[in-house]
Amino acid sequence: MSIVAENINLTVDGEAYLRNVSFELPNEDFFIIVGRTKAGKTTLLRLLAGLEEIDSGRLTLDGNDLTKMPPWERKVGMVYQQFINYPHLNNFENIAFPLRRAGLPEDKIAEAVNKVASVLGVEEFLEKLPSELSGGQQQRIALARALVKDSKLLILDEPLVNLDYKLREQLREEFKNIFNDQRERLVIYSTTEPAEAMELNGTVIVMHEGEIIQIGAAEEVYNRPANTRVAEVFNDPPMNLVRGVVEGNRIHFNQDVIMALPDHLQTLAAGRYTFGIRAADINLQPNAYASEVQLGEINGSETILHIKLGDISLVTEQEGVHQYDLGASASVDFDLDQLYIFDNNGDLLFSPAANSSVEKAMQDQEKDN
Amino acid sequence: MNSSGYKIFKFVFLAFWASFVVAPFLWALTTSFKTINGVTSGATYIPWVDYEPSLDGWRNVLGSGSQGINVVEPFISSVYVTIGASALSLVLGTFVAYGLSRFKYRAGFIRNGDITFFFISQRIMPPVVLSIPFFLMLQQLGLLDSIFGLILVYIALLMPIAVWVMVDFFNNIPKEIDEMAMLDGCSPLQTFLRVILPNAKPGLVVAGLFCVIFGWNDFFFAFTLTFTETQLLPVAIVSLNSSATPWWSLSASALISIAPLIFVAVLVEKYLDRGNLAGAVK
Repeated sequence: MSIVAENINLTVDGEAYLRNVSFELPNEDFFIIVGRTKAGKTTLLRLLAGLEEIDSGRLTLDGNDLTKMPPWERKVGMVYQQFINYPHLNNFENIAFPLRRAGLPEDKIAEAVNKVASVLGVEEFLEKLPSELSGGQQQRIALARALVKDSKLLILDEPLVNLDYKLREQLREEFKNIFNDQRERLVIYSTTEPAEAMELNGTVIVMHEGEIIQIGAAEEVYNRPANTRVAEVFNDPPMNLVRGVVEGNRIHFNQDVIMALPDHLQTLAAGRYTFGIRAADINLQPNAYASEVQLGEINGSETILHIKLGDISLVTEQEGVHQYDLGASASVDFDLDQLYIFDNNGDLLFSPAANSSVEKAMQDQEKDN
Repeated sequence: MNSSGYKIFKFVFLAFWASFVVAPFLWALTTSFKTINGVTSGATYIPWVDYEPSLDGWRNVLGSGSQGINVVEPFISSVYVTIGASALSLVLGTFVAYGLSRFKYRAGFIRNGDITFFFISQRIMPPVVLSIPFFLMLQQLGLLDSIFGLILVYIALLMPIAVWVMVDFFNNIPKEIDEMAMLDGCSPLQTFLRVILPNAKPGLVVAGLFCVIFGWNDFFFAFTLTFTETQLLPVAIVSLNSSATPWWSLSASALISIAPLIFVAVLVEKYLDRGNLAGAVK
């Protein structure tokens, strides 16, 4: 009982929107697609809804071909990032619309609409038109319409992206509770923000340039990004990736930035690697490595600095609000305990998270070779 | 310029413009109640003071007068032709426009834009170019000088207007609304009828109004494609203008021909505002 995709490709005007996408989704679970803009998230969701056709590959539901099934037969609920409601119907009729199409009796419709309206806190707006509501309320109506019907699949395509920060936080919290109560159907949610995925507590599908690059629990993806692309997509700001050479117990990032291998990495074989280090793990420290500040942004209570360490561009994130002028110098150090190591193909060799050891990683790699 | 000065200027300008627009109607109204004596004695406007009012003009055109030129029958024919052609143009044009707005067509080098332009190009052509082909076609079909034949010809003239207005209108309705309707269980036709059409009401009113105005006012085809059996109002009015022009009858019939459009305009006024703004507000 599941939706299975095998090697799906979709190209529009010569641009690949989906590339060799394969997955198997069970019928009841909560998935979160994380990827940047244009990663193929929306295309994949529209494909599942029946709004997009594929060029090659197979998409099946419980073994039956899904590609030929028109959207009005699929029993899919969908919420767009724009607030899409029927402008000519009041909010009650908006929510009741799919039930009327399904031919439910009047009393059942009223009961179902009132129930979902109370869950989403929109009872008082039912007599109004969607255009008389605020953005957050309109999106609640859209969600209510998606929830009210007996759908097997509920799709939410960046539903919070057009809302202001406070409302986003609030709705996200509500969504988390609602979706965790919805385990009798498959819920797929897409977002560009890794933090949102972490908070929503579901299985994460990471997409990049039309490909699925990792599927796993949010924590797992965060602690063990399968490769450098996941490390970039699933961290905000993206994880810093620096090439370096290990030679004689030292890591040479460039001529000037040379650091001693920490104890837990002593067994790392000499050679070239890509090292990953999160922005928060680059610390401002006196008497360390001198860097030049290229850009400083203050994000809430954090300061994000874009710095240049010789020829290496890095992003650091510091607690608190600090003012830096352009071109000012900042002394930084890496927290090597938090260092990720990727091989030259970009695949993860070592993660600083627990249950990971360099020896095992090296052995695994040898086995592969 | 201070705001009260601007207001005065605006008021004076609008008053001037209104008198400019209304004056001919006033002139026609007074003339329609005059006799030959009233007309030839110069510009007079106040009945019983300036001239002796008479109902001769109205009696003539409404069929009970001595001159016996009747516009009642042409009026009814014009109503049939205008309403028939406008209604069919609106129905067909709306379907065409929805298709052009929502689906991608390709036939050789032809794309949606080319098809839309094809419809609009029907209005770019001078009507005289079409008169002989229309004449020959109606002749072949035996529909010359008939109301039905005129309806067919007018559909060719009015449908492009409906398509043009409605394509623009549909393009302003987000495609996601169609998709949502389909996901909620509507087939494409149900989506169109239950969700898109109700939201396109102001557009339908504007398109319908354009069709009615152009259809009602057309003289050229009404003149070239009819002879004795069928006569439309614009042709009937012009035919009043024989050797001795009966200005009082002419004025009365002019007012009769304007009345339906005024009636329609008042009827749809509240939609007009929204229709014109529909592109700007979402």
